[in-house]
Amino acid sequence: MASTRYTKDHEWIRLDGETATVGISEYAQAQLGDVVYVELPPIGKRLGKGDEAAIVESVKAASEVYAPVAGEVVAVNSDLEGTPAAVNEDAEGAGWFLKLKVADAAEIETLMSGEQYKAFLETIQ
Amino acid sequence: MRYLPLTDEDRAEMLARVGVAGIDDLFADVPPDVLRRDLPDLPHRRSEVEVERALGRLAAENVAAGAVPFFVGCGAYRHHVPATVDHLVQRSEFLTSYTPYQPEIAQGTLQYLFEFQTQVAMLTGMEVANASMYDGSTAAAEAVLMAHRITRRHKAVLAGNLHPHYRDTVATVSRLADHEVVAAPPAPAGEEGLIGLIDDSVSCVVVQVPDVFGHLNDLTALAARTQAAGALLIAVVTEIVSLGLIVPPGQMGADIVVGEGQSLGNSLSFGGPYLGLLATRQKYVRQMPGRLAGATVDAEGQRSYVLTLSAREQHIRREKATSNICTSSGLCALAFTIHLTLLGEAGLRRLARLNHARAVALADALTRVPGVTVLNRAFFNEFTVRVPGDAADVIERLARAGVLGGVPFSRLEPRRRELSDLVVVAATELNTDEDAAAYAAALTEVLAC
Amino acid sequence: MLNRQGRSTAAGEAGAARAATFTGNRALRIEEALIFEIGRPEVSGVDLDEPPDFALRLGGLERTAPIGLPGLSEPETVRHYVRLSRNNYSIDAGLYPLGSCTMKHNPRLNEKMARVPGFADIHPLQPLSTVPGALALIAELSRWLIELTGMPAVAMSPKAGAHGELTGMMAIKAALLARGERRSVVLVPESAHGTNPATAALLGYRVEAVPARADGTVDAAEVERHMTQDVAAIMLTNPNTCGLFERDIAAIARLVHAAGAFVYADGANFNAIMGKVRPGDLGVDAIHLNLHKTFSTPHGGGGPGAGPVAFSRALAPFAPVPCLTAGASGLAYVEQAEDAPPPARPLGRLCAFHGQMGMFVRALAYMMSHGADGLRQAAEDAVLNANYVRASLADLMSLPYGNRPCMHEALFDDAWLDGTGITTLDFAKAMIDEGYHPMTVYFPLVVHGAMLIEPTESESKASLDLFTATLRDLALAARRGDTERFAGAPRYAPRRRLDETRAARHPVLRWSPPKPEAAE
Repeated sequence: MASTRYTKDHEWIRLDGETATVGISEYAQAQLGDVVYVELPPIGKRLGKGDEAAIVESVKAASEVYAPVAGEVVAVNSDLEGTPAAVNEDAEGAGWFLKLKVADAAEIETLMSGEQYKAFLETIQ
Repeated sequence: MRYLPLTDEDRAEMLARVGVAGIDDLFADVPPDVLRRDLPDLPHRRSEVEVERALGRLAAENVAAGAVPFFVGCGAYRHHVPATVDHLVQRSEFLTSYTPYQPEIAQGTLQYLFEFQTQVAMLTGMEVANASMYDGSTAAAEAVLMAHRITRRHKAVLAGNLHPHYRDTVATVSRLADHEVVAAPPAPAGEEGLIGLIDDSVSCVVVQVPDVFGHLNDLTALAARTQAAGALLIAVVTEIVSLGLIVPPGQMGADIVVGEGQSLGNSLSFGGPYLGLLATRQKYVRQMPGRLAGATVDAEGQRSYVLTLSAREQHIRREKATSNICTSSGLCALAFTIHLTLLGEAGLRRLARLNHARAVALADALTRVPGVTVLNRAFFNEFTVRVPGDAADVIERLARAGVLGGVPFSRLEPRRRELSDLVVVAATELNTDEDAAAYAAALTEVLAC
Repeated sequence: MLNRQGRSTAAGEAGAARAATFTGNRALRIEEALIFEIGRPEVSGVDLDEPPDFALRLGGLERTAPIGLPGLSEPETVRHYVRLSRNNYSIDAGLYPLGSCTMKHNPRLNEKMARVPGFADIHPLQPLSTVPGALALIAELSRWLIELTGMPAVAMSPKAGAHGELTGMMAIKAALLARGERRSVVLVPESAHGTNPATAALLGYRVEAVPARADGTVDAAEVERHMTQDVAAIMLTNPNTCGLFERDIAAIARLVHAAGAFVYADGANFNAIMGKVRPGDLGVDAIHLNLHKTFSTPHGGGGPGAGPVAFSRALAPFAPVPCLTAGASGLAYVEQAEDAPPPARPLGRLCAFHGQMGMFVRALAYMMSHGADGLRQAAEDAVLNANYVRASLADLMSLPYGNRPCMHEALFDDAWLDGTGITTLDFAKAMIDEGYHPMTVYFPLVVHGAMLIEPTESESKASLDLFTATLRDLALAARRGDTERFAGAPRYAPRRRLDETRAARHPVLRWSPPKPEAAE
């Protein structure tokens, strides 16, 4: 059972075999406010760690979502096109953005655990 | 000074409240060597009477279109604007309001923009239109950038019969933004060979209808070929009244339609302010530049309008914005929508038909002038004539004879000597039989010399 | 029971929450339907001659299908737009404290002069010999702008401020290319208006943000840290968007020039310094001016504007066509880049025709009315008014850079609202109920919950006294935690707060004919 890891830019990533699911954290969606649109990458796109993977728009802001680790996009959450609200309602579950075939699973271990992310949030709030 | 409400007494009181001795204490951050002591070397204040007199003198030196038989077009057209339009746009709440960023107190502006967007979409035969651009030429340039974003290609093909100012506008921004432009040469007899320039490195094909020489072309085949190559067809309409009589580009397969809306509601004004129109397919809406007014409800469920999809724009997206545009042409859009509402569909169709009738009658009259050939078989309210000799000289001599006969094409393309015998001639509902007769007579006389 | 908009007036509907009138109107404020709901395609408010019978020459491209455009008679048209206008705030009706917008009085003399047929009824392509007065007016306005900026050349054709920014940055790129250089970075302070990075990015530059120092201004040393041979330009606003004069600007210009780069200035805030400081004396290479801000041409609900650009000696050769040059034999108007006499190398053409002539007439009427003495007085009054507002509010509202003199606008942040549960947005919406358009909010981004107030010189002392008294009352209510006054605001405007999320999630950008009803 894979654990969820977090980045300083408030993305989360969860590994399941060779594929990892990526989204934005609960904190991030609360900061953004109502999500109105998500721009997802094309299937097959190769992303380096830290590359721009997606864009999430609220009424008053647009934010980049970065790839937490290097990988190839193998799936995107097409539900978000009709229901961007899913990002607000269940950011770390049904509001997932994309799935990556990760180049190096070990890269994920270098990211923050849930506990570490919680502590990190305390320092910035 | 009549626009400055503060009295010297006010100023003294206010300086005291602020806690400084003099006004220059508030300019203390300005390095002393650049804070000017002397006034600028410009005239001192003048009364309203003096300003009217001075500017009136400059205006009196110009030949106004209404004073003479007038046939000048080529991207700006003289139409009758009903008195109602200009009165309504001068209402305080329209003239002196800001961009509707606080929608609760700007529903007037937002509703007319919503109506305007709908009218433009209907006219052009497209699904969605924005709340205006600066003018037709910059709208064309923005449409090209939009096509680059959508197709992820960076080469635009420009029809030879696109207005040279529009072509130059697109070419300038393209060159400095490191995009490629392929511009076909002007073809006064009618466009040809555009299809040969389309391949899968092309993001868009930009074509004008009616074109700069006035020719009318069915864009359907060109649209199909463009889209088969994965590119977008951008149609440019410089005379918006033409859409009251001619099949709209949307119906012919255009992906983006840009236009100049000056003909409705807006005066000639020596070239500005004008009104850029941009309309496209629903699927491209997030790539559109400019503002968009959208419908929603307020907290009490009342139907309301608001600027929306703002995340595309510069104030949010900054360097990733679809455009840097901020202020556009709000009041010109208002004049356009009021005029078009006054006309209605029946009125617009009648107006367009009148324009075409006037142009047909004029073309027949000019054809009868010895040495003059009309190049167009099909046209709306503008066509091109070939005259013996230098067209610019002919136009200048016509002007001295009291007729403004059109645009010598060399005014737009001075280096193409082979086109220096062409004049682009426009006729609108304001031209009378007497005007046409005066033109024919003056032209006959000028050519006889 | 349905009212004119087809909305049910039954109790329990959303309409019941508002005043219970049959029409949904409230005295002078009318609920106005869309033209598509009240107009008809066959009705026209314009009498046109019946076209004669004649054979069309359209090459078979006649438009036959219905367009769907509604028409109204003249009285109905007037009613529709007058009613719409009643729902708008305007500077003619009240103060607009919008920072960076310079909402000053729009004189009607401007409107009268712009409509004189000798200006309004001339075509951009009629022979230039028939419009000497138009060229003379453009030349005269250029002279005023050249003198006020202290710079040798001005491009008149940009159609708005952002268009002027594009022009200035294109000139910089063209100048570098002429030297055979391709630089890829533009420096932009974090406080810059969004058009600045958008413009730079459009031209392919990578934008690097320059942070301000603690006092809100840009440090020359910080700029030096970012300066490389790959920097093409720095884009500065002076006074900056925090309302402060960039006192290091001359030093910044020197070090930028030493590295072979250029200084672009966003002239949106020129109202603070006209007649007092000349950008040319600061080392600026290009500055756009907003005729619809500093020079009183009306905002028109979103334009039209005009954004002429003044150029330094280094950039003047690259000014776009068309351009007016004064020569021995009078004014020469150059419309083609190839015709520009060396050393001119125009970067090209920005738009069709000559620029916003209608706005030139308006701006010149304003400038001539004020004169050199009046323009300087206007700048001084604008700065005095902003400081008066600051001084009147400083004890209640927090100033991120301290209670120190500002220029033509005063910047507050939302630190003073901490713990009240009230946001900058709530505060702004409550101002609407008091009869004021809110100040600029959430800009500049460098300050949290920014509130940027620019009263301009058009406000009387009495107007400012009432305005600050109102803000004080609101501020005290906020500090008391009187959330009631803020949470539901605005209450008395034609609309309550709008559902902007819905507008963005499900964009409806035009009216569409209702779908045919399914069989009952």
